[in-house]
Amino acid sequence: MILLISINKISFHYYEFVKPVEDILRRNNICFQTTQYNDINQKILDKADKIIICGTSLKDNSFVEEITKFEWLKKFDKPVLGICGGMHLLGLVFNGELRKAQEIGLKTIKYKKEFFGFKDDIEVYELHNYYAKSEEFEVIAESEKCIQAVKHKHKPFYAVLFHPEVRNKKLIENFAKN
Amino acid sequence: MKVGVLFSGGKDSTYAAYLAKKHGYAISCLVTIISENPTSYMFHIPSITKVQQQARVMKIPLLIQKTKGEKERELKDLEKIIQKAKNDYKIRGIITGAVDSAYQASRVQKICDSLNLDCFNPLWQKDQLELLKDIVENNFEVIITGVFAYPLNETWLGKKIDEKYIKEITKFFEKYKISPSGEGGETESFVLSCPLFHRSLQVVDRKITGKQNSWTMEIKIK
Repeated sequence: MILLISINKISFHYYEFVKPVEDILRRNNICFQTTQYNDINQKILDKADKIIICGTSLKDNSFVEEITKFEWLKKFDKPVLGICGGMHLLGLVFNGELRKAQEIGLKTIKYKKEFFGFKDDIEVYELHNYYAKSEEFEVIAESEKCIQAVKHKHKPFYAVLFHPEVRNKKLIENFAKN
Repeated sequence: MKVGVLFSGGKDSTYAAYLAKKHGYAISCLVTIISENPTSYMFHIPSITKVQQQARVMKIPLLIQKTKGEKERELKDLEKIIQKAKNDYKIRGIITGAVDSAYQASRVQKICDSLNLDCFNPLWQKDQLELLKDIVENNFEVIITGVFAYPLNETWLGKKIDEKYIKEITKFFEKYKISPSGEGGETESFVLSCPLFHRSLQVVDRKITGKQNSWTMEIKIK
């Protein structure tokens, strides 16, 4: 089972940031459960084979004030993919910081190595005012402005700043399947 | 939360407004852009002046902004009217019916961010057949008012989006790769009735113009 974690405080953002990820999994007949980050408990984490932390809107980012609610990530060892806000919180949990960099719309990023079936220059959809910088993550892709894809140096934790549920849906499929 | 809806009178923006209301948002105003550019990348054109009648039957104030439709000027005009909606109606968010256009969605996102408004796109990335089915199931009466792609022709104008239409457009999708909900600009629609309307609108006259695979139907409604 894939656990989708919603970091939206405003539930109406579910349609824009969580449902598109659910639809990709549904189309690929992949079993999933969606849970809001406040409702995460050990029982749910034990059931999950992998986790996808979905993004949120530019303004709905109060999860940053509650980063201690994601401390369980330090003990978790199964694969995790963070998307946008999911990348922010992975960076923060692992001793990083948020740095200002706005990118909105279609942009080209450059992969340094293969990442869930993607490499070289790829056009992606961006929607963020910040990116996360943590020394505990290896940088896999960058845009002209900032870090776009990372992998944790010791755990199977991955994160992208762009929105693969909008363009490059295959990235989510490949993470979920492989 | 008080919100404004970017409203074109077509199925997507009306359905997005319906979802917002269903989730408890107070729709304080509708915001409509009337572009003089028939090939605008940003805005839906056919039957747009009819939005006044739609707003009336929704009993929601309508803000209209005209634009010459030059690419970046269009965005300045959009920003101006959203700023007015924020000032006059104290809205804290904007609802759009964007489904897949990164061009449209990203520009509205930028404007909302600069005005410190949240931006809601409840139809974003939605499967287009699912969208059509949802519209039918939620008692929307929607007609086609424009077709702009081969092999669609004038016989599609005035068609109601119902189960029969969904079957027909699905065949065209499979054979010609026409987007079922017209996301690529293949079709334009107009909402005559939906749960947000206090009464249904009726077409009393129609004028069809066009050629080959590009046709529009101007309607008079009451």
